[in-house]
Amino acid sequence: MRVLLSRIILLTLPFLASLPAYAGDAADFVAASSGEQARLLEAWAATPDATRVPLLKALQENRLGGDDNDVPFYEKGDAFVGAEGNAQPAGTPRKVRLNNRLRNLISAAMATHQLYSDVAADRLTAARELQRKAQPEQMALLETRLAVEQDDEVGQALTLALANLQLSDADPAVRLNAVRLLGETGQPQARNRLQNLLDDAAETNPAVRTAANTGIVQIDRKLLIGDVLGQAFSGLSLGSILLLAALGLAITFGLLGVINMAHGEMLMLGAYSTYVVQTLFQRYAPDALAFYPIVALPVAFIVTACIGMALERTVIRFLYGRPLETLLATWGISLILIQLVRVVFGAQNVEVGNPSWLSGGVQVLPNLVLPWNRMIIIGFALFVVALTWLLLNKTRLGLNVRAVTQNRNMAACCGVPTGRIDMMAFGLGSGIAGLGGVALSQVGNVGPDLGQSYIIDSFLVVVLGGVGQLAGSISAAFGLGIANKILEPQIGAVLGKILILALIILFIQKRPQGLFALKGRVID
Amino acid sequence: MQRRSLIKAFTLSASIAAMGMSWTVQAAETIKVGILHSLSGTMAISETSLKDMALMTIDEINAKGGVLGKKLEPVVVDPASNWPLFAERGRQLLTQDKVAVTFGCWTSVSRKSVLPVYEELNGLLFYPVQYEGEEMSPNVFYTGAAPNQQAIPAVEYLMSEDGGAAKRFFLLGTDYVYPRTTNKILRAFLHSKGVADKDIEEVYTPFGHADYQTIVANIKKFSQGGKTAVVSTVNGDSNVPFYRELANQGLKATDVPVVAFSVGEEELRGIDTKPLVGHLAAWNYFQSVENPVNEKFVADWKAYAKAKGLPNANTAVTNDPMEATYVGIHMWAQAVEKAGTTDVDKVREAMAGQEFDAPSGFKLTMDKSNHHLHKPVMIGEIQDDGQFSVVWETDSPIRAQPWSPFIEGNDKKPDHPVKSN
Repeated sequence: MRVLLSRIILLTLPFLASLPAYAGDAADFVAASSGEQARLLEAWAATPDATRVPLLKALQENRLGGDDNDVPFYEKGDAFVGAEGNAQPAGTPRKVRLNNRLRNLISAAMATHQLYSDVAADRLTAARELQRKAQPEQMALLETRLAVEQDDEVGQALTLALANLQLSDADPAVRLNAVRLLGETGQPQARNRLQNLLDDAAETNPAVRTAANTGIVQIDRKLLIGDVLGQAFSGLSLGSILLLAALGLAITFGLLGVINMAHGEMLMLGAYSTYVVQTLFQRYAPDALAFYPIVALPVAFIVTACIGMALERTVIRFLYGRPLETLLATWGISLILIQLVRVVFGAQNVEVGNPSWLSGGVQVLPNLVLPWNRMIIIGFALFVVALTWLLLNKTRLGLNVRAVTQNRNMAACCGVPTGRIDMMAFGLGSGIAGLGGVALSQVGNVGPDLGQSYIIDSFLVVVLGGVGQLAGSISAAFGLGIANKILEPQIGAVLGKILILALIILFIQKRPQGLFALKGRVID
Repeated sequence: MQRRSLIKAFTLSASIAAMGMSWTVQAAETIKVGILHSLSGTMAISETSLKDMALMTIDEINAKGGVLGKKLEPVVVDPASNWPLFAERGRQLLTQDKVAVTFGCWTSVSRKSVLPVYEELNGLLFYPVQYEGEEMSPNVFYTGAAPNQQAIPAVEYLMSEDGGAAKRFFLLGTDYVYPRTTNKILRAFLHSKGVADKDIEEVYTPFGHADYQTIVANIKKFSQGGKTAVVSTVNGDSNVPFYRELANQGLKATDVPVVAFSVGEEELRGIDTKPLVGHLAAWNYFQSVENPVNEKFVADWKAYAKAKGLPNANTAVTNDPMEATYVGIHMWAQAVEKAGTTDVDKVREAMAGQEFDAPSGFKLTMDKSNHHLHKPVMIGEIQDDGQFSVVWETDSPIRAQPWSPFIEGNDKKPDHPVKSN
């Protein structure tokens, strides 16, 4: 018993002896409760200290942990290294749990520390961060940093951060100056601060109130531009998605006249091809995973084109000129394809990830971020349209397709192999639908029912645009997209959709041939 | 330790397989149990795993000798996210298959659809998902949360210092009965806390909505007016495009946290969660909860998923409705043992006061009168591995208030189940 006791003492002795050496910032933080941690961070933000930067960085990246004795450790790869001194962890260190409040305080503290950085870019990000997060206690700090700041851009950012705090200054002249500065920036977060000054009780000086009012008008004007551009962009983006969904149908239904209910499933198969390519990349070439969508494009095109051609050869060929039977047959095919995919891949949605170059966005205006995946899809839609147009108008295949669809008998007389052209054209339409599926997999869910949710929209676009006209489909797709996005904020997504459908019914009543009517001989 | 429990789980599943073989021999002596979950359509993302969890629990009970000495025989039907089809399949289970009990439904609209059938034919339904309350049928046992066990504590957390002290609330939901009623309750609750109508925005989208550009832009605009939190009752696979759009438009959890009531571990499997770290979910159970019951539960489930070759078995996760399904089936089995029969009226009586050591780490009790479980409330934060870390939880299970005091006229409703027609 005594031996055991002395052993315990011997074991804990070195730890006890070295304890004072650990009582640094990191150790304080690890040992503190969540409320104390918040107070620590506030204190650190007010008194920056260059030695604390690694700790804050580790906190930002969520790498700080504490072992069983609350000794702090940083996670480096798979291992843990002592944050203060070369301690060996007792037990596996557990990461410090952060919440959103602490994360905000960490980035504010990091920002005040970064103001002392030698790199101007770091100081600039820090000053911008402080425009949003600075607290009154940091005012003195900001003033001293502004006085020694050499870089113009950083200086301006600091002035603005300071202006936010000066709104509650005792001197009306200082307040007036701050209000003017904020009004000129056009930043949305400044608007709310100025709005608070409009109240008689909050702001006693009439000159400051008037300036605040002018500032709000200035900001509103800038925000309006961002709003309108944002709405136009989301309209274009929705339009491009509709276009990609409908373009294949514009060929199979528009040019060939096949009421192709299985069109949605071609989109779905295109999306599943993307999934398969992604899985293969994950397994065999994880380093090149970022490029899988590019490889998926030709794969999806070939897969869906082949399936389309096979369908044309085996089923649709025998039903030309019998639209009702075609409708039923293609609908049956669509059900078979859905069930097939369910059997092979399961009924649940599959995960198709955005590669990093398709994630995130660019900040264009203070209130406008354009996501990369949507921009690339708009570009891709235009690219596919151009490709289709070139194929139909500049190649021999396109010439034959147009000849056959306009006058089958005459084309046959001139020696055009109409049967083969039908097959090729149907394959082309299906292949383009497959390309659309690749794009859809990057914005929405990939599941067996994916096609079902797009088939109605696709038919709407083609019929509204005028059957047989590519230009019609393009203008209808973008028109529908933009109309939808103008209506949605006013009356909500559910009512907006209903209203759009009602408008289309009225339009078709008035103009059954669609936006662009095909002149001359129409398909028989 | 972990390896040992895994081995245990494997032997368990092996013995389950052996049991499966003996079923056919004694087919006449089984008790039929209905499973009514969408295995296709927009809700399949959430409901498929409940079906598998129900099958696992039934296997587990059968491995211990079944109920009343008889084996349970699952009857699985697929109502395909089609609400009227739920009623049809429910009727089929009761009249054709003559099941003793049904475990099923996720969306409230599907539950409302089968409710008349179960009341007419005096069936028994166990409903495992959090819902809006405003219902207490003698033919249903609710093992998910009522609003006071999920929605209201979540909003209270958002208003607290640790939750970010939100002043403005953006209520976003799918357009059907659960989100609309929950938001009605939340609005009344926020009013009682002094939040004005101009600081509450309510927006709904259709089922399967995929284009969240405008909505995310509006959330951004709304958040300029003060510290904002989003309360999301978006259901099914619409969550994937919603969170993707949030991340792409650069809306971070530190600026505008989203607390979701229908997003759990299972839904997060379809998303890259790195941009979502810090967003919240309110449930009564998380897979990351640490206690021996949960360790065994998770290990059993993983082993089951592997043994049955479920899709993506190596990333199998557990979530709150799965736990509620598991608890519900075990409680039903206990009640049948107590009643000595599967007769619905006798089992209903025996259910009152049933207790079960749940994976959430608490002993859950079925209320003596109101057909709802007493449940603990937990708020979890999304981690970069798709799991949640619990940032807040109640000390003990809370009694459900299916008739929310925040809806007018509810104070006159009786605290015991009454048939709705």
